[in-house]
Amino acid sequence: MQEEIFVSGRNIPNIDPSLEIWHWPISLYLFLGGLAAGILFFASVVTILGKDKDYPTTVKYASLVPPIALTLGLLALVYDLTHPLYTWQLYTTIRLESPMSWGAWVLLITTPLSFLWVFSYYSELFPKRELKFKFLNTFEKFLKNNRKNMAYALVPLSIILGVYTGILLSAFNARPLWNNAILGPLFLTSGLSTGAATIILLAKNTKEIQLFSRIDLALIIIELGLIVHMIMGMYAGSEVQLDAMNLLIGGEFTLMFFGFVVILGLIVPGILEALEIKGFKVPVAIPAILILIGGLIFRFVMVEAGQITRYLY
Amino acid sequence: MRYAMVIDTLKCVGCSDCVVACQTENDVPIGYCRDWITETVSGAYPSIELELKSERCNHCENAPCVRCCPTGASHIVEGGIVLVTANECIGCGACIESCPYDARYQHPDGYVDKCTFCHHRLEKGQLPACVAVCPTKCMYFGDLDNPNSEVSRLLKNRKWKTLAPEAGTKPHVYYLI
Repeated sequence: MQEEIFVSGRNIPNIDPSLEIWHWPISLYLFLGGLAAGILFFASVVTILGKDKDYPTTVKYASLVPPIALTLGLLALVYDLTHPLYTWQLYTTIRLESPMSWGAWVLLITTPLSFLWVFSYYSELFPKRELKFKFLNTFEKFLKNNRKNMAYALVPLSIILGVYTGILLSAFNARPLWNNAILGPLFLTSGLSTGAATIILLAKNTKEIQLFSRIDLALIIIELGLIVHMIMGMYAGSEVQLDAMNLLIGGEFTLMFFGFVVILGLIVPGILEALEIKGFKVPVAIPAILILIGGLIFRFVMVEAGQITRYLY
Repeated sequence: MRYAMVIDTLKCVGCSDCVVACQTENDVPIGYCRDWITETVSGAYPSIELELKSERCNHCENAPCVRCCPTGASHIVEGGIVLVTANECIGCGACIESCPYDARYQHPDGYVDKCTFCHHRLEKGQLPACVAVCPTKCMYFGDLDNPNSEVSRLLKNRKWKTLAPEAGTKPHVYYLI
């Protein structure tokens, strides 16, 4: 038996009994950031391959989502800061060791680029609303001609953005559930998958839906594989990692993790998408919405559960 | 120069004087503290062991809080002391998440605050407030790079441990056992 109490009364509401310094805005941002990264990645790849005429939703309509998602995500991030008036301090330094510094700089470039991307499609998206100023028209034309260049920049940026949502958590060795390198690829895959789901949800032509259902199915399989790897890796780990895994398997997050994330968020939509590819008539909105909800809950589970895990000494 | 604190768990009675001294010296807001006392009971009756410890920031050599700070507000100064510059801190909480010792807290004014080893007192040649007031004299403070300092000699002659060494942070608060 070992029992530890704080004699002096370490009366810190956010630390005892468990540390909870990051709240819902962080989870929400991790979801929105991943979603935006996914859509931007697909839009850029389709553009680079010169298929933008074949997949209009990906490059045009779904691209309306990233600027909104990134703006909301950034607002959520700033809302969670306790010293928000000093946010500009992020941009006085580049700290290669700090994932949050990476994230801040990547967001500083990606967010405006996502707006410019949408603006380059302005006349196609809003054909009835003409731009009032001539220079705006010139600017739109300029962006239109440079769309491929933007795409070349957005491919690495969106990958960093997607990986960063996971690395942000995995860089903390004090929280054993987060402290595994697979979180980076796992969050990237999940982000790409939610991006593909959004495209499926918004797409109108069958060719686009078919392609992204296939991509999404592949991503779901990869994500399940990564989750299995994460669980196996943790089970092969030290006591603190075992404790962390027990929260997800048998502990208080079991239903949320296996019920909502793994089964309803990955396996069920995976089966539905496989059936759809086989030719069965499945309303595409169902798997897409399940994936989006599953992705959102996944972030909440990881952020909440991670903050419970700690070193005991 | 490598500042370190050595605390004799056999002499500590858990009176919390160090906690109060710190709160007074550093004007710590009510309800918060930079150091605290833990009482650990282990074993089963009748062979029970009790250990009293005064805990605080370990001023780690491999400080995860400094590594993950996005603005550089958390930094290490001469002597290995980890400090936070309040007007560079954005209050993102990354350092709090990264600390295996939960040594940091968000000050009601927004920035993140923690033990400084009483850096302002050291500059004047004084001991940290907690060490200075300890009624059982169970706390020692000094330079580990100097082999003749009191802390170096204690660590040479006594059995000691650090907290959560498995976290890989190389902490610099030592507990004599």
